[in-house]
Parts: sequence; C-alpha cells; structure tokens
Amino acid sequence: MLEIENLTAEIDGKTILNGLTLTVPAGEVHAIMGPNGAGKSTLSYVLGGRPGYEVTGGSVRFDGEDLLDMEPHERAAAGLFLGFQYPVEIPGVSNVQFLREALNSQRKARGEEPLTGGEFLKLAKEKSALLKLDPEMLKRHVNVGFSGGEKKRAEMVQMGILDPKFAVLDETDSGLDIDALRVVGEGINSIMRAPDKAVLLITHYQRLLEVVKPDKVSILSQGRIVQTGGPELAVRLEEEGYDAVMAA
Amino acid sequence: MSEDIDIQDREAREAAEKAAEYEHGWSSDIETEFAEKGLNEDTVRFISAKKGEPEWMLDWRLKAFRLWQEMEEPNWAKLGYPEIDYQDAYYYAAPKKKVELDSLDDLDPEIKRVYDKLGIPLGEQEVLAGVKGAKKVAVDAVFDSVSVATSFREELKRAGVIFLSISEAIREYPDLVKKWLGKVVPQHDNYFATLNSAVFSDGTFVYVPEGVRCPMELSTYFRINAENTGQFERTLIVAEKGSYVSYLEGCTAPMRDENQLHAAVVELVAMEDAEIKYSTVQNWYPGNSEGVGGIYNFVTKRALCQGARSKVSWTQVETGSAVTWKYPSCVLNGEDSVGEFYSVAVTNNYQQADTGTKMIHNGKGSRSTIISKGISAGKSDNTYRGMVRVAANADGVRNRTECDSLLIGDQCGAHTVPYIEVKNPTAQIEHEATTSKISDDQLFYAMQRGLDDEEAMALIVNGFAKEVLKELPMEFAVEAQKLLAISLEGSVG
Ligand SMILES: Nc1ncnc2c1ncn2[C@@H]1O[C@H](COP(=O)(O)OP(=O)(O)OP(=O)(O)O)[C@@H](O)[C@H]1O
Ligand SMILES: [Mg+2]
Repeated sequence: MLEIENLTAEIDGKTILNGLTLTVPAGEVHAIMGPNGAGKSTLSYVLGGRPGYEVTGGSVRFDGEDLLDMEPHERAAAGLFLGFQYPVEIPGVSNVQFLREALNSQRKARGEEPLTGGEFLKLAKEKSALLKLDPEMLKRHVNVGFSGGEKKRAEMVQMGILDPKFAVLDETDSGLDIDALRVVGEGINSIMRAPDKAVLLITHYQRLLEVVKPDKVSILSQGRIVQTGGPELAVRLEEEGYDAVMAA
Repeated sequence: MSEDIDIQDREAREAAEKAAEYEHGWSSDIETEFAEKGLNEDTVRFISAKKGEPEWMLDWRLKAFRLWQEMEEPNWAKLGYPEIDYQDAYYYAAPKKKVELDSLDDLDPEIKRVYDKLGIPLGEQEVLAGVKGAKKVAVDAVFDSVSVATSFREELKRAGVIFLSISEAIREYPDLVKKWLGKVVPQHDNYFATLNSAVFSDGTFVYVPEGVRCPMELSTYFRINAENTGQFERTLIVAEKGSYVSYLEGCTAPMRDENQLHAAVVELVAMEDAEIKYSTVQNWYPGNSEGVGGIYNFVTKRALCQGARSKVSWTQVETGSAVTWKYPSCVLNGEDSVGEFYSVAVTNNYQQADTGTKMIHNGKGSRSTIISKGISAGKSDNTYRGMVRVAANADGVRNRTECDSLLIGDQCGAHTVPYIEVKNPTAQIEHEATTSKISDDQLFYAMQRGLDDEEAMALIVNGFAKEVLKELPMEFAVEAQKLLAISLEGSVG
C-alpha cells in the first residue's frame, strides 16, 4: 500500500530524512519508534506534502501512484490522513464546519456526492460516540481551548469521519490519560483495522501498542529505518532503551 | 468621393443604431444627458434642474458648493493617492462608455471567473458585463424587479414605511427631508461630505413611522432603479420612536465604474427606542494587481442616536476600492442609547483602507461596541482609526473595542490608531488589539484534511472574521464569505 524508497528530505537546507526505506502493505499496522529528533514527525509531514519540506531524493508510492507528485489535498482525497503530534487551532471555525467542508472536498475530488448537513451530523455523532467525545465539543472551534488529551481524541474523531485508507498517527497517545488511551486505541482498531487499510503508528511507549497490536515495529534513527522486527522489538526497547537495542 | 459615401453610410448606420436603442427604451437619457466636465455653480444648477428640485434644495446645494470651494482636501489618513483633479470629472450622468461585448465569451476571463464563483446567474452576468444583447435582458430584468418591487412597495405602504429615491422624496416629502437632511452630517462636515452636498444625484430615503417594525429588509436593489449605485450617493434614514428597520447597501458582484471618485453621505436618525441596522458590502473595483485603476471611495456615514434607548448597528464588509476612507459613526445623545460597529476590511495587492468608527457618548449610560477585523495581503495597507469620546456629563458610559489584524505575507501593513477622549471618570473603556499572521500550521492542517490552498485560506479568514459576519443578514453573509475568499485569491504561499 505504501512503499517508501530511499527517501531523503531537508528543511531549510538541513537534511532530516536520510535514505529512508519502508514498506507498509495493506492490512498492516506498523509502529515507528525512535529517539527525539530522529525525523518521525518530519516523515509524516513529508508524506502529507507539507510546504517547506523538500524531498531531495527517493520515491514514495501510495497504491501504486506517485504520492510525491500530488498536492497535499489530493493526498488527503486519495486516502491519506495525518494525526498531528500537535493538532492546530483554527479560531472561528467549528469542528462541524471544518470537517464537513473537508469531507465534501475529498468526496468531490473522488467524484462522490457531497453529504447533506443531516447525513454529516449523523456520521459525526456516531464517530464521537466511538471515541467517547461529547458531541457538543464538535460545535466548538477547531481545537481552540481543548485540553491536550481532548485534542488527540478529537483528532481520532476526525479520522473516523474522514475514513482514510492510510493513517500516519504521530504520538497520538501522548497526553492521554489511562482510560483515554484505551478508548483511543480501540478507536484506532475499529476505524483502521481492515484488510484494505494500513497505519503507521509513531509512538514512544509500549502502552498504546498493547491495545493497537502492531504487526511490525521499526526503529527510525537519524533519518532512516535502522531496524525492523515484530511486536517484541517494542517491548525490548521499553526495557533496554535505544542505545542498547541499536548497538546489539 | 468614395470617402464621402463611406462617411454618409456610417452616419446613417449610427443614426439607425441610436434609434434602435431608443426603441428599446433603454439608456436614452443616460447616454445623452450629462453635465459638462468640471465643477462650477452651473454644474450644481444643472443637476438640481435635472432632478426637478424646488428652490430651497438648489439653494442648499449652492451653499454647500460655496463652502466646498473654501475647503481643503484632508490628508490626515494613512493613504497615498495621486492628486484628484476635480475639474477633470463628470458630476452628473457621465456618458457610459460603449461596451462592445458580443457575448459573455468576450468577457475578461478573470471577471467571468469571479462571477461564476459568486454564483451569479448568466442573465445577470450579461447585464453586469454589458453584453450587447443583454440590453434586452436588462429590460426584462428591470421588469422583473419592477413587479417584485411593486409588491414589496405595497407591503411597505401598508406598514406606512416610506422608501423612495432621495430625489422623489425631495419632491414628495419636502418637509421630512428639509427637517433632517444635513442634520447628522452638516454641509461643512468635511471636504467630501460638502462636495456630496453640492452634487449628489442619487440615493435613498427611508422613513419609518412611530412604532412600526419594517416588515422586510430594505435594500437598494428593490428601489426600481436601473442605474448602478451612483457616484455621489445620499442616503437618509429616519426611524421614529419605537420603530425598527434593517437596511442593506451594496453589491457583492465586482462593479466597474468609469468614475474614479466616489463620495457618499449616509445619515441615520434613531428616536426613542428605535433601532436601525445598516449593513454594507462594498466591492468597488480595487484596481489591478499592479495597483493601476480602481475606485477612490470617500464616505461619510453617521448616525444620530437621538432618543433614549435608541440603537444603531453598522456592519460593513469592505473588500473593494483602491482607496477607502470611511468611518461610520454614532453620536449617542440618548440616555442608554447603543452604538455598534462591526467591520471586516480586506486589502490585497496595492489597496489602501483607512477605516474605523467614532462613538461620541453624550448620553448617560450610553454603550458602544466596536469590533474591527482587518485582513491585509499583498502590498496593501490597512488602518483602523477609531475614536471613543465621552462627554463630561455622560455618566456610566461603557465601550468595548476589539481590533484584530490578520496579515497574509510579509509585504503588507496593518495599523491601529485609537483615539480615546474621556471627560467623565465613571466611564468604562476597554480596548484590545491583536495582530497575527495566518500560520503555515493552520494552512497545512486544513489542506491535509482535504481543502486546497485557497479553500484553506478562505476557511481560516472566515473564521477570523466570524464575529462580524454573523451580524450580517443571512442572505448577505453567505455571499460575503465567498467575497472574502475571492478578494484574497492569489495571496496564498
Ligand atoms: N524548521 C526546521 N528547521 C530546522 N530543523 C528542523 C525544523 N523542523 C524540524 N527540524 C529538525 O529536524 C529534526 C527532526 O525533527 P522531528 O520533529 O521530525 O523529530 P521527531 O522524530 O518527530 O522527534 P520527537 O520524538 O521529539 O517528536 C530535529 O532535529 C528538528 O530539530
Ligand atoms: Mg515528533
């Protein structure tokens, strides 16, 4: 589903991704772990097509298409979703308005009919119930005044509504309390665990992985994938730390 | 010899074309009856005569003209524009430049695209663009609006509301006009208002009698006037005790006009417990992306909140004009009277806007709210200029001012110039100002969810302006949102 080949990318002339290769087939949940500053968020931005992140080499294919050739909104319409490490506030714009516009733009790009207000609200309520988010929160402005945990939960409600094929979730677990972590983990399973979908799950801790059981775990360090294994790799990392595991 | 024949042929053809135009009953007086270029007493007399005005009105205009000759153009605003030659302009029905468009296909694709984006029906597009055959369409359109407008007129009449062009009102209701004209904005108020007083040729008069709630939103659109909004408009609205009226002015479609200088005057009077809501969408031609052309818009708008508990709300969305100079104000004489000013001003490319409000608190317990949202892009300059004044004997006055500026790119300017004069110690005045840049984080976040760059920008900008847009009547609000997006096109990235 996603094939990243020898990808290099820089910000302000500084190379951050440095020959990164990774393949995530449909049906797989692939966890990415790695030290601070390794380039995990950068990878997600490069996949999303964020302006300012310049790809200097390599390729990314998404369902056989050249992902890097698409505009950010085209990637979204093609089914790519980023769960942001730091979700962004948009004052004056309600979640309902934001997501309905976003969803209908995606649908339009795919040649599908737009959802009516009623259809959309029904969908939005259903997904907030799944994430145990008070649907009243959807009337509030996008992420404005949300607590850290609420932002992450709202992010997953967005994912539920947009129903992507491929999600890159950047530290979605950070800031969540213990109960919320379970709710969010189960939410991810219910939205994304499907034979035709896949997830790249960026995290620092084992806890989320106990709920969203990854098929594979890779270590990203200094802009490249240095090691890939099964779920046991995450357990070892938690016990021994990066230095020990990578040195071994 | 053959040349002579050619000329004769052409003259004959032109005459025939002219006759054909007369037959359509269209634009005969517009095209042929106009005052000579330049401004002198004769111009003023000509206009007054054309309007069939009584003697007192002519005298009033002449007085204004003489005052104007003694005045100097103000230069305190943060605006720069080439000197205006007042003698090199037409002051009454300047001849329309002949449009030679055969169909909408010949229309500047840029303008066509804007029309489409605004969702203007093809028929109306043809009228706006001045397509040849559209004259027929225009006549039909006028007929349509005549029938619509007539039924509205009936309803208004039943309610007792007077809604006429200012010229009709001068003839039909001289006492009312005489009583209020120039009472809110005196003839000598400022250079542009004085000029308007001398040469105004178009405008609206509204009178809402005591206790009447005007049964519909009033808009210039229903005034059965085929002419575009004029160059020197004069609007007078009087709301008697306990009455209510909401008035909509302007047009969201981009309007081109050969007249570069526009100087309107709007006067509002609200008596005891009366309320006037005045909403404007201004989208005059702003000039091209190099800053060439465009309208200079110098407007004087003022409301007199004369009675106790009277209330006036100004809401404006300003996206057009090359230069905008405009400060809709409230003189709060009544006890516990209320003034509100909600404004979104967008400038892009080389546009300049110097706009804001004055809240003059003379009445005890009078309150005012000012919310100004300035959005600057390109190389434009956007200034908020506001005054809050509290008279010595006005106890318990409250004002809240919020001025937010949003910058797009790093070549534009936003300025906030508040003047606060408080002569009574019991006044509570709050002033908040913020300046922010549209953030790459926000744009990317919205794009990642599926919006293209322009949709993302529109979403964020509309969010920024939300507090003001929600004050607009529904049908205007939707168009205004689209308008903000269109005005900022090309400013992303
Ligand atoms: N705009 C920028 N200019 C220069 N360097 C940047 C910029 N943005 C990020 N970097 C650098 O790129 C490197 C990778 O950052 P990134 O955010 O991808 O790390 P990460 O793996 O997500 O770390 P964390 O676990 O802390 O979230 C860091 O060294 C960071 O300082
Ligand atoms: Mg990160």
